[in-house]
Amino acid sequence: MTNYIVKRLLQVIPTLLGITLITFLIIQLAPGNPATLKLQMAGQGEMGQSGMAKEIIEQTKKLYGLDKPLPVQYLLWVKRVFTFDFGTSFKDHRPVLDKIAERLPITIQLNAISIFLVYLIAIPFGVYSATHVDSTTDRVLTLFFFLLYSLPSFWVAVLLIMFFGGGEFWDFFPVYGISSIGAESWPFLHRLLDRMWHLMLPVACLTYGGLAYLSRLTRAEMLEVIREDYIRTARAKGLSERVVIFRHALRNALLPIITLLAFLLPAMFGGSVIIESIFSIPGMGQLGFEAVLSRDYPVIMAITTISALLTLIGLLFSDILYAMLDPRIKLD
Amino acid sequence: MKKQTRAPHTYWQMVWHHFKKKHLAVAGLGVTLFLFSVAILAPVLANDRPIAVRHADRWYWPLFSGVEKVGPYEWKELKKRSPSVLQSNIGEHGDFAIWPPVPYSATEYNLLESLAPPTGKHWFGTDDRGRDVLSRMIYGARISLSVGFVAVGIAVVIGIFLGALAGYFGGWTDQLISRLIEILITIPTFFLIIAIIAFLPPSIYNIMVVIGLTGWTGVARFVRAEFFKLKRLDFVLASRALGASDTRLILIHMLPNAMAPVLVSAVFGIAGAILTESSLSFLGFGVPPPTPSWGDILSQSRDYIEFAWWLTTFPGLAIFLSITAYNLVGEGLRDAMDPKLFR
Repeated sequence: MTNYIVKRLLQVIPTLLGITLITFLIIQLAPGNPATLKLQMAGQGEMGQSGMAKEIIEQTKKLYGLDKPLPVQYLLWVKRVFTFDFGTSFKDHRPVLDKIAERLPITIQLNAISIFLVYLIAIPFGVYSATHVDSTTDRVLTLFFFLLYSLPSFWVAVLLIMFFGGGEFWDFFPVYGISSIGAESWPFLHRLLDRMWHLMLPVACLTYGGLAYLSRLTRAEMLEVIREDYIRTARAKGLSERVVIFRHALRNALLPIITLLAFLLPAMFGGSVIIESIFSIPGMGQLGFEAVLSRDYPVIMAITTISALLTLIGLLFSDILYAMLDPRIKLD
Repeated sequence: MKKQTRAPHTYWQMVWHHFKKKHLAVAGLGVTLFLFSVAILAPVLANDRPIAVRHADRWYWPLFSGVEKVGPYEWKELKKRSPSVLQSNIGEHGDFAIWPPVPYSATEYNLLESLAPPTGKHWFGTDDRGRDVLSRMIYGARISLSVGFVAVGIAVVIGIFLGALAGYFGGWTDQLISRLIEILITIPTFFLIIAIIAFLPPSIYNIMVVIGLTGWTGVARFVRAEFFKLKRLDFVLASRALGASDTRLILIHMLPNAMAPVLVSAVFGIAGAILTESSLSFLGFGVPPPTPSWGDILSQSRDYIEFAWWLTTFPGLAIFLSITAYNLVGEGLRDAMDPKLFR
């Protein structure tokens, strides 16, 4: 066990270096490196030729170490990643980490709610499908979730806005931001309701797609477990079907499903880019999207690196959790 | 006497035998073939010039020759003369023109008819520049499918190559490739794609390449797992004992046996690539204008959400339909290729 954990932790080192390498490549890949880009933003157009412009390029280059040879640049970048020194935003010159710290709780809130809902809805349906395997309901559920899974979330978002958000039909839900104007001074309960009201549509968009995957997984895991000998034993000793399914089978089937959670949480970040920008939710996704639009390098690099690190931690956590909970897993 | 149905005997015959029993998968295959034909036939289905013109007892093919007029007939004039049904526009002296079903090109605009709801003239309405939505969707199918296929093609080639190396050699090679896969999994793919696309000159080829370069991990993992299994099997050991080289073992003996999961994940990959392309276009990072793309039409709809339901409904349905179709085919294939079913 300890051996496995140590080995798994050691594997993180090359992955970490790889992440720094890929993010470093993004800087190099751009046609204008950060130095020239910063310049282009400061004075749009033909400033590249003038003497003053050259001076600015030189300064920025020095700041980001871009005048040094590539290996040195890379080492500087690695140093920055490991000291969490992501610099200041090109746009408003605030520290990048402050900006992220501001946005992260909102994204986490959004994703935590939708992941919770995915689990809450998908697991019962998955169990039902497994206990009524190949029944009409099982088939209908599977197809229904499958169709949901194939619906592009940005289309659903636009449709929801059209139908419920003051588009062509009803105006039930707000489609802008996460709270009403002046909500800061409201009592807590009122604020909570207001927040829920605002998050309704975006959470719906983030939730429905995951249902298919998780209910499928639950169904498959349950079917696997139900075939095991100890389930037969439990039935043979006269336990009710209810107890067999919920106490004996589900508990074991849930194992891979719970460990998936550790992996899902950071992975949902990608989906938030679209949903957050459609609903103008000031989270990480929107921050990233705006950073890309305005070529705000330090923010782009920080978001890519930090979410990769978060996912890596999630991956590691789910692997170790799985190994600890399931004694059957091979630890080599 | 009734002809006896022969039992399927090759692997692919067996796969087809099981596949065609799944009605939904067959329906999905039908939709993909339909989209394929639409994409290939796009210039004939939607164009601003006639397919064929009969003038002074001679045939002309403006679609293929690209001429702007034949005799007294100019295409723009012809279209104005009978604005509704243009299929066979009969002129003087028995002259006539055969028009495509949708007599508009994807980029042809008419600001006087902008944001028109669906009518007999514009079946799917027009966008904010008065371009025919149906025509743009027909050409958009080309973009979606070509991005889907090229991106997945790139991903499959990389995935097979790295997966085969990792699975065949194991050890350090495997460690290295597995870490590479892990790195790509941890980096938020969609954000990475946006970040890269934003810094490259806008072009459809960049989109294909970037989606392909970030999407090979699934294929690589499948091939790796298959190769781990295959290299212990007797027939591989036997060929090795006979002196077959590594290259020969990998290419001739093992790879063909590892293709089933590759094909399945490639089909799912096409659905994923179509989704990614339309998401990129929706966010404004897609194919450069005025190239038509489903996601681009949808992104326009956000500005006119109060009334322009046709801009939302039709392109969204097209994306949904094609993703569903490829996913259904993928599912059907996966089930049909499951060797447990062959017994």
